[in-house]
Amino acid sequence: MQELQLLDAIERFLRGEMSPEEMASFEQLRKSNPEVDEKVVEHTMFLQQIDQFADWKNFKSTLNDVHTQLLESGDITQEAPKATVIQMWRKYKRVMAVAASIAGVTTLLIAGMATYYSQKKTGADIERLRREVKREVAQKANEVINTMQARTTKAPENTPVKYGGTGFLVDGKGIIVTNAHVVNGSSTVVVQNSKGQEFRSRIIYTNPATDLAFIKIEDADYRSIGPLPYGIRKGGTELGEQLFTLGYPREEIVYNEGYMSAKTGYNGDTLSFQIGVSANPGNSGGPVFNKSGEVIGIINARQKAAEGVVFALTAKNIFRSVEEIKKDSTYENIRLTLNSSIRNMDRVQQIKKIEDAVFMVKSY
Amino acid sequence: MKTDSTDEKALLKGLALNDRNSVETIYKLFYNMVQSLIINNNGTADDARDIFQETVIVLYEKAKTGSFELNCQLKTYVYSVSRRLWLKKLQQQQKFLPSMNNLEETVPVEEEVESNSQRNAEFQMMEKALLHLGEPCRSLIEAFYLQKKNMTDIAGHFGYTNADNAKNQKYKCLMRLRKLFFAEFKNNNV
Repeated sequence: MQELQLLDAIERFLRGEMSPEEMASFEQLRKSNPEVDEKVVEHTMFLQQIDQFADWKNFKSTLNDVHTQLLESGDITQEAPKATVIQMWRKYKRVMAVAASIAGVTTLLIAGMATYYSQKKTGADIERLRREVKREVAQKANEVINTMQARTTKAPENTPVKYGGTGFLVDGKGIIVTNAHVVNGSSTVVVQNSKGQEFRSRIIYTNPATDLAFIKIEDADYRSIGPLPYGIRKGGTELGEQLFTLGYPREEIVYNEGYMSAKTGYNGDTLSFQIGVSANPGNSGGPVFNKSGEVIGIINARQKAAEGVVFALTAKNIFRSVEEIKKDSTYENIRLTLNSSIRNMDRVQQIKKIEDAVFMVKSY
Repeated sequence: MKTDSTDEKALLKGLALNDRNSVETIYKLFYNMVQSLIINNNGTADDARDIFQETVIVLYEKAKTGSFELNCQLKTYVYSVSRRLWLKKLQQQQKFLPSMNNLEETVPVEEEVESNSQRNAEFQMMEKALLHLGEPCRSLIEAFYLQKKNMTDIAGHFGYTNADNAKNQKYKCLMRLRKLFFAEFKNNNV
């Protein structure tokens, strides 16, 4: 309300409607109260703005009035734009229309043809590419088997590979851990290292309950690789820990990175844990390393419905199984490595050291 | 169509008072010239109308100051302003700039055109603010400040019981308009 009174006062002041006494007190107020003074200045400016605006609007309407009136009375005439382009347009309207439609049709035709053919072409390309990839893989696999047969005949003749998986040494003398489901029901197991060398081996222990299997390389060509670069971790792992995997989802060793997602496995299974990493058939039995290069688990399954949900058996299972295996006097001297010698290396170096101890497991 | 300088002075005086006859005279004297200028340089009849009106407004603002001294023929001045305005508009539309054939002599008018476009921007802000104000505030403000009707008429017209009520309402509206205007002003200047 005070604001309104002030506005009223300002307007009356500007219009000079104030009595001398009122004017004096108003001036006094302005002098004593800078806030009021500021408001007066601001409002004065605003009123001027409105005034100018009013002028401008009124003048514009006069202009418009005059314009229409003079147009009607014929004092001014609206000149037609005499741009030459328009004249040309009028003259050649028909020709141009025909030309334009021909151009349009041609463009459409070409565009249509282009999309039609290019689509077909890319479609075929993708198809072929896929087939080629498949054939290549098949060929490569055959090649490997063939050369192997020619060179060493380590695999049984004319028997296709039943399952392929991954395994890794837990003892340099040639004890490999893999998943029981990789070697399940097979008569012969051949392992192949990252260089492509194959070694005959024998299953020495399987446990379908824990899904662990131990195989021993029994091949004259195999030379012990000495102490293992990695240790096997007894303790647990924290959520969010960085980890990496090595495995053979294809004919080549494949590296992947991920993180610890959950401490338990599928349906709360405490023997395993969940990791966030991409894994494919063939990764089964592969080692899961933490960042200091300790084995913390063995990949064994992935959830079908979900992406990147992979389960791994805890490394503790290896210790339990080894205890059982040691009961057999032949294997009494299995030594598990506890400390990783690649702890502070960078990842590339770590992998170079580890890769010799990770094998492809082929069961026939 | 020749005008001597005393006629021109009288014309400008009339213009400053928003005198209809003066506006008509100016229209009759210069419209066709400006129209040819625009139309010969990629413009339309509507463009010609806009540019001519802008030009007259520039002239009006100048005349209102009272201190306007014309150093050349009014015709030259009008032509120069129109030409400058049209070039500016073409530039804004990023149209191809014609090499304007200088049949007429021109005088430098950059300053006037600049201040005119500045004022135009301000008026547009005011227009926008008024538009946002809504009814009945807008009509009330327009009736009082633009059409300069007196408060008693306004009270009768808008159905207020007395002039004081209308006045209070008007001040409330004015405060809102001021807020809108300054908001717009800030927006445009940031």
